[in-house]
Amino acid sequence: MSNKNPILEIKNLKASINNIEILKDLNLTINQGEIHAIMGPNGSGKSTFSKVVAGHPAYQVLNGKIFFKGENILNLEPEQRSHLGIFLAFQYPIEIPGVSNEDFLRLAYNSKLKAQNKSEIDPIQFLALINEKLKIIDMSATFLSRNVNEGFSGGEKKRNEILQMALLDPELTILDETDSGLDIDALKIISKGINSCMSPNKAIILITHYQRLLDYVKPDYIHVMQDGKIIKTGDAELAKELEQKGYEWLK
Amino acid sequence: MTNQSNKSLNSNITKLVNQPYKYGFSTEIKKDIIEKGLNEDIIRLISKKKHEPDFLLEFRLKAYKKWKQMTRPKWAQLKLSEINYQDIIYYSAPVLSKKLNSLDEVDPELLKTFEKLGISLSEQKRLTNVAVDVVFDSVSIATTFKKELAEYGVIFCSISEAVREYPELIKKYLGTVVPIGDNYFSALNSAVFTDGSFCYIPKGVKCPLELSTYFRINEQKSGQFERTLIIADNNSEVSYLEGCTAPQYKDNQLHAAVVELIALDNANIKYSTVQNWYSGDSEGEGGVYNFVTKRGLCIGNNSKISWTQVETGSAITWKYPSCTLIGFNAQGEFYSVALTNNYQQADTGSKMIHLGKNTKSRIVSKGISAGNSKNSYRGLVNINSKAIGARNYSQCDSLLIGNCSNSNTFPFISVQNSTTKLEHEASTSKIGEEQIFYFLQRGISLEKAIELMISGFCRDVFMELPLEFAEEADRLLSLKLEGSVG
Repeated sequence: MSNKNPILEIKNLKASINNIEILKDLNLTINQGEIHAIMGPNGSGKSTFSKVVAGHPAYQVLNGKIFFKGENILNLEPEQRSHLGIFLAFQYPIEIPGVSNEDFLRLAYNSKLKAQNKSEIDPIQFLALINEKLKIIDMSATFLSRNVNEGFSGGEKKRNEILQMALLDPELTILDETDSGLDIDALKIISKGINSCMSPNKAIILITHYQRLLDYVKPDYIHVMQDGKIIKTGDAELAKELEQKGYEWLK
Repeated sequence: MTNQSNKSLNSNITKLVNQPYKYGFSTEIKKDIIEKGLNEDIIRLISKKKHEPDFLLEFRLKAYKKWKQMTRPKWAQLKLSEINYQDIIYYSAPVLSKKLNSLDEVDPELLKTFEKLGISLSEQKRLTNVAVDVVFDSVSIATTFKKELAEYGVIFCSISEAVREYPELIKKYLGTVVPIGDNYFSALNSAVFTDGSFCYIPKGVKCPLELSTYFRINEQKSGQFERTLIIADNNSEVSYLEGCTAPQYKDNQLHAAVVELIALDNANIKYSTVQNWYSGDSEGEGGVYNFVTKRGLCIGNNSKISWTQVETGSAITWKYPSCTLIGFNAQGEFYSVALTNNYQQADTGSKMIHLGKNTKSRIVSKGISAGNSKNSYRGLVNINSKAIGARNYSQCDSLLIGNCSNSNTFPFISVQNSTTKLEHEASTSKIGEEQIFYFLQRGISLEKAIELMISGFCRDVFMELPLEFAEEADRLLSLKLEGSVG
């Protein structure tokens, strides 16, 4: 928090999907070393925000700019943004039949190495690396031989997202409702995983509905999003207030 | 203000491997052609040009008479323009100055053609573990490793040569698996077939090389009527592969082949196809009509025939490689990947006819349809009352890409005894925008994403291909999907 180097700067962002405007003049700055939580009622634009930052092609950016470490990323493809260090943990991780988790993870890791002009690693080296990462989320190696998210329980899918985060070591992570549908033990494991990935030169955005995640991953700022804009920003106390009062009083 | 990230994934994917058909060139070469048209005189002329014995001419004429009485079956619901059989050239052969003693005497233009297709015939560069017979329009140009194979008693040559050199084998087996009048196109083929491959594996021999035939249609107006006959005698084993390409023309070309396999006691035949005929352009103009009858007869006890096919080309593919299981414990297998894009149509599957006791069959079919294409699995599992203890397992999976492609499954099952065990599984899935975005967000490129998903989908089938070709098949599929995901 001490050095104020911005990782992500969003200025006057307007974005739509299917010609429906979802984000309406969004402004947000995230600095290195900071954890931000974005809360807000359903349909306020939180997931849209995460998809637009990641570059989902279904969304149209109508106005505004997104800077990642000072570079305008609006013209970059999703995979280029990923290579820069932007990671999105999906709210609903999709199943990919026929593709093993291990192949998928190795390909993702090697794609990043390649983008950085580093040499790719072979499957044996990779196995050693991924086995270390598996410990972070408390999963056995059998997790690797299964197809990506196929037949995974809700909790396993979310753990798989954190495994990918730990592997790719992104500078900016957006976690879209990663805590939804988790039991308390899984929440603890996932929180531990998230915290272990954090460092002073990185930043995390937590999109959540609940205070309980914020008990384990302590945010520096809390933003309330409503109708495509951030309508209030506060510290950790704000989340507790929202838990009690809901969002109505902010209107 | 707009920017690049607003363009839809569809246009994004259009950039994907927009590679034109690599094999679309044609070869300029001096040809010996019989004028287009079909009648008894043409058939006599074909037979004469090929110096055939009388029994074969009779076979042809009988087939022609039969064919004239038949009409093209309509049940496949394929959209195709009427074929004018009088407008097809039934015999087109490159002129060879004399009988060839070695491959080095083959017209360099032809050698170059096959070199360009990745089939090297020269002594130095050819594949060391695959014997190749190459068929150019109506005739076989060359067969490699003939001498080496002869040491094992294996006969591998063009069917024309077999007719001259081994008439007793031809007389005994030709038309026994696919009778002349079996269907409209088998009758046509029996009347006018020009070349193809012949293999005979003697008793107790495990064929030391992969056998392979490469088919090339060059002439614009010519049809290719290939005839292949493989006989595996008692306790023998062989693996055979065919590949096919054709130049790009605006007209449709007809390829109507007949393939017959015969497996005697304890014999094992593995027959693989990688079909990449020209499939027409993105508007559906041109392309090969691939109407093929392929059938294997497991006549011996413990015999086994396994079909593996990767069908990616042709405007229309219409084929059902089948097995008739007669011997005790006989086994039939069918593994298929059929990929259609643009306006291609594929109607393919298998028939497993169980007649003997304890016969087993397995069908694994993977259909991938993209663009505006239509991809159907059609199959029959028929278990006769005498086939005590018969078993069948069928699996038909479809993968849809985009919103305009079409996939169908028509499985027919007929079981006439209660000791049968039969399983049928089917699934349909789709490569969607969200799956692709998931890959992209993890930094994996679109090409890799598609490749990984397709090869995952096809794994069960590719595992059955000879090693040298499995990787090629993988690549071929990725290349065929020209910007069709979305």
